[in-house]
Amino acid sequence: MSGQVKLSRRGFLQVMAGAAGALIVGIRIAEAADTAPVPLDMLGDNLSALGLYVRIDQDGGVLIGARDPDTGTGVATSLPRIIADELDADWQRVRVVSLGLGVSNHNGKPDWTYGQQMGGTGNSIPRAWRDLRAAGALARWLLMQAAAQQLGIPADRLRTEKGMVIAPDGRRFGYGALAAAAAKITPPQTPVAVKTPDRYTLIGQPAGDVDARNIVTGRTPYSLDQHFGDAVVAVLAHSPWPDGQLEQLDKSPALAIKGVIDVIELKPDPKWPPGQTVIAPAVAVIAENTWLALQGRRALKLDWKPGASGNENTATLEQQATSLLNSDSAPTTRVRDDGNVDKAGHKAARRVEATYYQPWLAHATSEPMNCLVRIDKTGATLYVPTQSPQQAWTVVQRLTGLPPDQIDIRQSRIGGGYGRRLDHDYVAEAVLLAQAVNKPLRLFWPRDEDLTHDYYRSGTVHTFHAIVDAKRHVVAWNQRLASASTLTGRGVSSDHLWTSEVSENQLPAGLVPHYRSDWFSLTSAIPRGPHSGMPEVTNAFAVDSFIDEIAHSLKEDPLDTRLRLIGEPRLVPLQGGGAIDTARLINVLKLVADHIRWKDWLRSVNGLGIACWHVDGAYVAHAIEVSMQGEKLTIERAVCAVDVGRVINPKGLEGQVAGATLDALSSALNLAITVKDGKVQQSTWKDYPLASMAQLPNTVEVITVPGDGDPTGASFLAMPTVAPALANAVFRVSAVRVRRLPLMKEWLRLL
Amino acid sequence: MAQDHAAPAHSGDVAPVPSGIELQINGEHYHHTGDPQMPLLWYLRDVLRLDGTKYGGEHGQGGADLVLVDGKATSSIGVTMSKLTGKQVVTVEGLVDAKGGLHPLQQAFIDEDAIGCGYCTPGWLIASMDLLNRHKDPADSDIDTLPNLCRCGCQTRVRSAIKRAAAAMKQGAKA
Repeated sequence: MSGQVKLSRRGFLQVMAGAAGALIVGIRIAEAADTAPVPLDMLGDNLSALGLYVRIDQDGGVLIGARDPDTGTGVATSLPRIIADELDADWQRVRVVSLGLGVSNHNGKPDWTYGQQMGGTGNSIPRAWRDLRAAGALARWLLMQAAAQQLGIPADRLRTEKGMVIAPDGRRFGYGALAAAAAKITPPQTPVAVKTPDRYTLIGQPAGDVDARNIVTGRTPYSLDQHFGDAVVAVLAHSPWPDGQLEQLDKSPALAIKGVIDVIELKPDPKWPPGQTVIAPAVAVIAENTWLALQGRRALKLDWKPGASGNENTATLEQQATSLLNSDSAPTTRVRDDGNVDKAGHKAARRVEATYYQPWLAHATSEPMNCLVRIDKTGATLYVPTQSPQQAWTVVQRLTGLPPDQIDIRQSRIGGGYGRRLDHDYVAEAVLLAQAVNKPLRLFWPRDEDLTHDYYRSGTVHTFHAIVDAKRHVVAWNQRLASASTLTGRGVSSDHLWTSEVSENQLPAGLVPHYRSDWFSLTSAIPRGPHSGMPEVTNAFAVDSFIDEIAHSLKEDPLDTRLRLIGEPRLVPLQGGGAIDTARLINVLKLVADHIRWKDWLRSVNGLGIACWHVDGAYVAHAIEVSMQGEKLTIERAVCAVDVGRVINPKGLEGQVAGATLDALSSALNLAITVKDGKVQQSTWKDYPLASMAQLPNTVEVITVPGDGDPTGASFLAMPTVAPALANAVFRVSAVRVRRLPLMKEWLRLL
Repeated sequence: MAQDHAAPAHSGDVAPVPSGIELQINGEHYHHTGDPQMPLLWYLRDVLRLDGTKYGGEHGQGGADLVLVDGKATSSIGVTMSKLTGKQVVTVEGLVDAKGGLHPLQQAFIDEDAIGCGYCTPGWLIASMDLLNRHKDPADSDIDTLPNLCRCGCQTRVRSAIKRAAAAMKQGAKA
């Protein structure tokens, strides 16, 4: 017998016997309110319909499915460990498998077996936390019942440890031996209680990446390493202008190359928003292998004609932004308006003003855009590196018209996401080309296409006016921000475009009595999309640098200025619910200050900078030390403190925090995308120089605050405070205030 | 494109010897009879399906495409097959020993968690191997010369892994 347990409004735990006496506990999520769970007796051995999460085999091996794509955030390790802990599994016996997209056909509409499957957005753990513990707890409960039946004693006299049920007299029963009997037990009608945290054995303990061994031996396949027999390879030459037109094309030199199969034109479909159609008009060369396709692309003779975007320049856009911010024009959106900023001026002992400029950025994922697709009578099968397989699915479904369960999207480990893979232009391109040549096909974007045809992070211009009273309190704060919204053209109403550019809750909102935040919309034809840690990254640089400027104008220690601005430990309500716990914010700030010996070093020849921020219930601070010899700037130390509530995998968290710190340093020091005459000017790692080993500090010192609240995501948490801490340190060492990124170029200009 | 993996046993008939490029990859003999101008990267990936070596960019600046050629870190997209006659190529797959045991450097990358998305890791391993071939006890300034890029920010953990591997290899040499 088997059965199901209602987990929550949307979820069900289901129990079944697998082949060879395995116990399987899955979570099936009914996304649509009208979707009834599939009756268990109809499932048969179709585990994908069950929503496989954990399977205990008779040999004691435990197989756990990892639902969310892993872009390097470690969710393939951390999510299964949440189940394994509740189960009291022996982690040495656990094998983790990446689940593909779980979709079944519900009257011609997709039914998402595993609920939302998304990676690299920082919310995998918070989304899965309750359900995964419930699944592990139920599996453990069933195993204990099975042992209790065999022993003829109540289950509450048994305990579990490392894959064993242990009787009061010391007898031990391996989970494998109990699995078949456990699968026959009817689960309780209400969820089994989960562990109290003092009994965690894996949560909070460090674990290496489950894929590590295969990665260091070159055996982990990325989508680019998957194969469908003799799939042909397509390489694109995109128009340099997103709205450009093909003026002239001579296919013959490419077709003359032996092994080049075809040359095909692609165009965006204006009916579909960015991310769901071809990114820019393109010519694709289809060949027997990648090398031939690349040669074919080089041989093409083609000219593009610019569209209306042909006169766009980032420098002009920035000038427009600056004049807009300095004008009396009404903002596109008044994001927040507390107190009365206009009348707060009479309290002014001091006014501080500044303008900050941040560049456009590309995602520059290590694994370039690619997609392997096979479409035949049985359906479509794809290997696609996506952060959102469901969104990829919708693109495939629209282009093929196939029934939901005939589209099989498989997940491999992903060579970085950073938001780029939430858009699926490359999937649309691959499907259209596979249909055109009627063969299995691999789409491959060379690096120059990747850097010149991205959904970029928009550049920003921030202006600030702050008013400080005689007691050195910041009484008024007026922020004006101009940027091109990520959401433009994506079906979002104009009054919500600001939400991708600024948060109404960003610091110091709630801390300053008279506070105003205005957003001004800029128009640009350059495609924009989600980008690591935005909008927090751009806003934190501007805000945390400006707080340093206020400290400097008051001739005081920037740490003291910050602490006075934050004020007493309390809960500051957030608009939309929740609160900032200022005690936790103060704590991370003080931790990094103590760790870098702020008071001692403030007078040293080196420069120290500090910054703090909060992101979705988590808190972060950085302290950075730099030294200067002539025009050589060295980052001596980087210290980061994070408070994410409960830590699932401290080793994984440390890696995420150190990695985000270095990546944010790389961006802040070096990176900018510029557009001239409508064309992106950066196309190689020379133009878009991620930081070298030598440019980065030798270590990142990570301090994790132990917490017992529900866990929050951490993948981009450590990004926002890096650039301001760096710029504040650079100001200390060189007296040069960098208000424009990338820092190195601006610093050398001002030095 | 005909490719022979090692030399087949002769059947007695005298077959015409195809012109081509003979080379060793991870200790095995290969005979490339295709375009001599094909970069090694595409021979490894598209022909042999040795996918551990990654594409980073057309100019090899990111280091994801590094392999060892006669013991030296070399951009596999920057070297054509025509230059490889008689050469010994080692890819990331070839770093394990004959029994499949990990090289101390590979183990150190695991122990130090020097992995983000993992895509560029093979290139870091090859560059680090080359470094350790030249410096048994590399200083920070030596490690600073590695040409690799990493978007996930693994550089500090790679640095620790190289030092850990150097110590383990010294220990191993003494034993």
